[in-house]
Amino acid sequence: MNWKRASIAVLAAAPLIALFAYGFSRDPAEIPSPLPGHAAPNFTLTVFAPGDGPLMQPLGDTVRLGELVGKVVVVNFWASWCGPCRSEHATLSETARQYAGRPARFIGVLYNDSAASATQWIGEMGGQSYPALLDPGALTAIDYGVYGVPETFIVDATGRIAYKQVGPVSANILHQWIDSLLPNATAAGTVPRTRVP
Amino acid sequence: MRYAALATVAVAVATCVAAPARAQDVAAPSRPSATTTTASDSALEAQTTAVASTLRCPVCQGESIQDSPSDLARQMRIVVRDKLRAGNTPDQVKAYFVSKYGEWILLDPTMTGLNILLYVIPVLLVVGGLALIAILVRRWTAPETTTQ
Repeated sequence: MNWKRASIAVLAAAPLIALFAYGFSRDPAEIPSPLPGHAAPNFTLTVFAPGDGPLMQPLGDTVRLGELVGKVVVVNFWASWCGPCRSEHATLSETARQYAGRPARFIGVLYNDSAASATQWIGEMGGQSYPALLDPGALTAIDYGVYGVPETFIVDATGRIAYKQVGPVSANILHQWIDSLLPNATAAGTVPRTRVP
Repeated sequence: MRYAALATVAVAVATCVAAPARAQDVAAPSRPSATTTTASDSALEAQTTAVASTLRCPVCQGESIQDSPSDLARQMRIVVRDKLRAGNTPDQVKAYFVSKYGEWILLDPTMTGLNILLYVIPVLLVVGGLALIAILVRRWTAPETTTQ
């Protein structure tokens, strides 16, 4: 065996293998977000689906993120045409119910969809505990760097984005983040993941 | 040498593989809503086109938001136009999108930090490939020496 040639081949192949290893270890469809750790873009949006129970907000009301300082806010971008949104809907609705009465708010923001389709979808899904808002022109979605749905942002009590979830969010993630960010969280509350710079 | 050449070509191919995005909500492209066109409108449209051509569509495969027919690209073009109309400079508009989507949104990454490698590596690969070809051609065309 020609050791010189073999060494050259190995040296030449090493960067290629490293490149492929890097490429295959990440989701090529995911766009790394610069937003976690920064102030959440403010928005003023109108309620088109009021929600039910204690979290209900009247139809036509406006929701201003800036007025929710002091609360942990879960902002979920979704659409009725989005398949994965179905799988997370019950989780979001149930988790929102569990945090009713605590300083946490859940908000759904409709992404490139009509209020009629979305309202019908909510009915088909058995209702939604928290209000859903219209985002004409997807201006808020763009402000949040949204590129698909579902995407969920968890905003801490100071108005800073603590976490961004691309794809369906789990109850575990919601509980871990909300519990760690609630204003009266104890020192034992730890931030579960390291997306915050 | 043959292994090295193969590896060089493979690295070049891998470098060219663009990261695909999640494609959805494709719709027909929009047109400017203005019914009358003035010189300033034309200038604004030209500036919008120029800026939109530099921004990557988040839901497409390697297309700018200017070229993409998707809903999101159309809405992003409107944001570009509105920000320019509001007095933002093209660089400020690009900076806004970078602050939301990161450097990924720029079709031509800025020449800073590790991004410099994106510009340098292809040049090095081309130079290395040409050198390799030159060496191989010289070797193949060299007269064979006979030992007797």
